Amino acid sequence: MKITLDADKCCGAGQCVLVAPEVFDQRDEDGIVVLLDAEPPAEQHDAVREAAAICPAAVIEVH
Amino acid sequence: MTISPTAPVGTAPAPLPVEPPTGCPFDPPTAFGALRTEEPISRIALPDGSWAWLATRYSDIRAILGDTRFSSDTTLHGYPLSGMTGGGNTQNRGFIRMDPPEHTRLRRMVTREFMVKRVEALRPEIQRITDELCDEMARGQGPVDLVEALALPVPSLVISLLLGVPYDDHEVFQRLTGTLLSRTVPDDEREAARVELRDYLDQLVTAKEADPGDDILGRLITEQQQTGEITHDEVAAFAALLLIAGHETTANMIGLSALTLMRDPESAARLRQDPGLIRGAVEELLRFHSIIRNGPRRVATADIEIDGHLIRAGEGVVAAVPSANRDESVFADADRLDICRPNAQHHVAFGYGIHQCLGQALARVELQVVIGTLLRRFPTLRPAVPVDEIPFRTDMAIYGCHALPVTW
Repeated sequence: MKITLDADKCCGAGQCVLVAPEVFDQRDEDGIVVLLDAEPPAEQHDAVREAAAICPAAVIEVH
Repeated sequence: MTISPTAPVGTAPAPLPVEPPTGCPFDPPTAFGALRTEEPISRIALPDGSWAWLATRYSDIRAILGDTRFSSDTTLHGYPLSGMTGGGNTQNRGFIRMDPPEHTRLRRMVTREFMVKRVEALRPEIQRITDELCDEMARGQGPVDLVEALALPVPSLVISLLLGVPYDDHEVFQRLTGTLLSRTVPDDEREAARVELRDYLDQLVTAKEADPGDDILGRLITEQQQTGEITHDEVAAFAALLLIAGHETTANMIGLSALTLMRDPESAARLRQDPGLIRGAVEELLRFHSIIRNGPRRVATADIEIDGHLIRAGEGVVAAVPSANRDESVFADADRLDICRPNAQHHVAFGYGIHQCLGQALARVELQVVIGTLLRRFPTLRPAVPVDEIPFRTDMAIYGCHALPVTW
């Protein structure tokens, strides 16, 4: 799995951080998404797909 | 896929359904079920005689709210303002009524204040506030009004603290918010409340300009206003938006959630046994109750096809969030509360798209703390009156209970 982000579209809802905290965080200065692990291990894959599904601004792409 | 013709001229559409089915105060209006199956994009009449599209399916509502060609700009021609609460359409309207790039610029000034780790750091303080209010409640014999004793003060105290608004003023802003969000007060009364709130916040911001504290309004003043990014009036608009959004919504979710769990002892017992279930349970309660009953609303800025239906540029749309969250094609057995529902977090109770609730992490923590604490501290909590005597807020843009007498 490889994750890419379009952080310009991020609205800082933080749902990805709640669902997959090992993979996503928010920048201290403005709350915008940060990718902690662009190629997370298998045990994170379900959580990442869930984060992508509920992201309100369709920022997260899973390849 | 066929494009539906424009609805026939001369047929008068019905107004937005708001009344729950008789005897089922937790369910959305019955009409939504049939609309989802038969006419998922239908027409509704607005109070001023104009009309708008009403979207009722989950997938359509996500498509509309996720597409910025559906504008939130209330000053655009065709925006379905009639029947909307929150006050008139002013120049200084707050970022939820704007589109990018202005919406993005303003929202990002406060996004960090509500990010997950900042809110998690507040959890002990929210717990302390909740414990104190529960102590106070426990000192009495009951019955008490749970709205007044707990549901309203917790979010109100928290948002006052975060913004740097004196909690001593809570009666003022709670009264004004109540008028602004009522669907039944006359327009002139709502306008008077808007002016009074504007004057109150104007004075508050002036006072904070002289002495900005270590709080959201203080930081907006020192980091954004004093550097010329925003004006005094824009700081006041932030204050109005965050103050109103920050307490009414969560307060009503607390009241409804507490009542639901009083009437569902099995779920309450499971939550008491396994407090780890509270996070998922709160998502399910958000889905189940969907307290936003009057929108969100948009205006199309282009001709856009949704689910085979053409919405033309300049036409207004009302998204029925309570209907989306009871859509059986997404949530199996959708009218049942299932605190362990695996996909509960797919709800759109906080909206969807770039305007999705900024304070959702805070709302979640407040609900987790208050509901969890209430179940633990008052295991025998029950309504003090028959449910049909509880005054439900069918007259408000945000559903809930006006009062909730409880005993234990």
